[in-house]
Amino acid sequence: MSTHEWPLWEVFIRSKAGLNHKHVGSLRAADAEMAVENARDVYTRRSEGISIWVVESKDIYASDPTEADALFEPADSKIYRHPTFYDVPDGISHM
Amino acid sequence: MEEINYAELERRFQEKIDKDIKIEPKDWMPDDYRQTLIRQISQHAHSEIVGMLPEGNWITRAPNLRRKAVLLAKVQDEAGHGLYLYSAAETLGADREETIDDLHSGKAKYSSIFNYPTLTWADMGAIGWLVDGAAIMNQVPLCRCSYGPYARAMVRVCKEESFHQRQGFEIMTKLAQGTPEQKAMAQDALNRFWWPSLMMFGPNDAESKHTAQSVKWKIKRHTNDELRQQFVDVTVPQAEMIGLTIPDKDLKFNEATGHYEFGEINWDEFWQVVAGNGPCNKDRIDTRRKAKENGEWVREAASAYAAKQAELKRA
Ligand SMILES: [Fe+2]
Ligand SMILES: [Fe+2]
Repeated sequence: MSTHEWPLWEVFIRSKAGLNHKHVGSLRAADAEMAVENARDVYTRRSEGISIWVVESKDIYASDPTEADALFEPADSKIYRHPTFYDVPDGISHM
Repeated sequence: MEEINYAELERRFQEKIDKDIKIEPKDWMPDDYRQTLIRQISQHAHSEIVGMLPEGNWITRAPNLRRKAVLLAKVQDEAGHGLYLYSAAETLGADREETIDDLHSGKAKYSSIFNYPTLTWADMGAIGWLVDGAAIMNQVPLCRCSYGPYARAMVRVCKEESFHQRQGFEIMTKLAQGTPEQKAMAQDALNRFWWPSLMMFGPNDAESKHTAQSVKWKIKRHTNDELRQQFVDVTVPQAEMIGLTIPDKDLKFNEATGHYEFGEINWDEFWQVVAGNGPCNKDRIDTRRKAKENGEWVREAASAYAAKQAELKRA
């Protein structure tokens, strides 16, 4: 057996309290515990994090980039979801 | 779904590149783009990993605890850089184990600068100042590379590199201000590392076969000669400032162009070292190979432990 069989893990880091975990990269490790330890050494050498998530890469189900247009186009046409779509008379505040 | 031919996919791909839209792992890309990146990123990763060896040589002999802690942190960063880059290569479908085996078999290349020996403590100064300095020149434009994972890895790397260069320059400055023997040691290190550092930017533009396509794909933003010139222009005044002499009798400032003119690089030496005939090529690869072999039982144990834990969890 060799590292060949060590799974690939995606690493997510919360940089400080109040912020969400953000994807920072990936690494190989034998198990989840080792993945967290390695992630600490590889991705937080300068106090970049206070919390680490690791997820086996194979468990991530991603949207298909070739279908991105069909998937996201419906939102593009709904400009009325943005406040700038609306006319507010001059002199109105707190809105 | 409509059938799209290769030429049309390629046209759309180039259009994205031209608009500075990043390419991500699952996006369609021409096979040559993928292969070029795999080659470049894995060579870059190997350079970071092999690059630990010349400096690792001096960790136990650093002159004091502060210097030792700094050098250790610097070398540890280089390991990190290698790992970011191997992961980036994997996103393109490169197999990590194979990538590393290619280094060990001599099939894959790495920066030839790391095939020079580190004979004195001053070499730690010269490497940080010149080698990391040249690496930074190469890497800063790569932060805007068209391939997302490579660009993101480079942002991280560049942030970490700036301390590398400063700690090296600090070593050189201290030695240059020291006793005559210390100053001579610094000068000697500069003499040995100057030319190999200029070679780090690769062959002259006229000889560089990959440049044009890489520029079109925005993998590369500047040519080898442009980056080399930039390096000379910023480094010469730094040497003057600390009273060291660049070992090039043809070096002179051209008032009209605002650039330094410098002497002919010994390309024979460069190609010799690339071909494996540098002073330390064999030693570097042997060391890497041994590190992998000696770590085999640890990796096996970790795998066995992980398998056992997974089994217990299922039970
Ligand atoms: Fe590095
Ligand atoms: Fe560095």
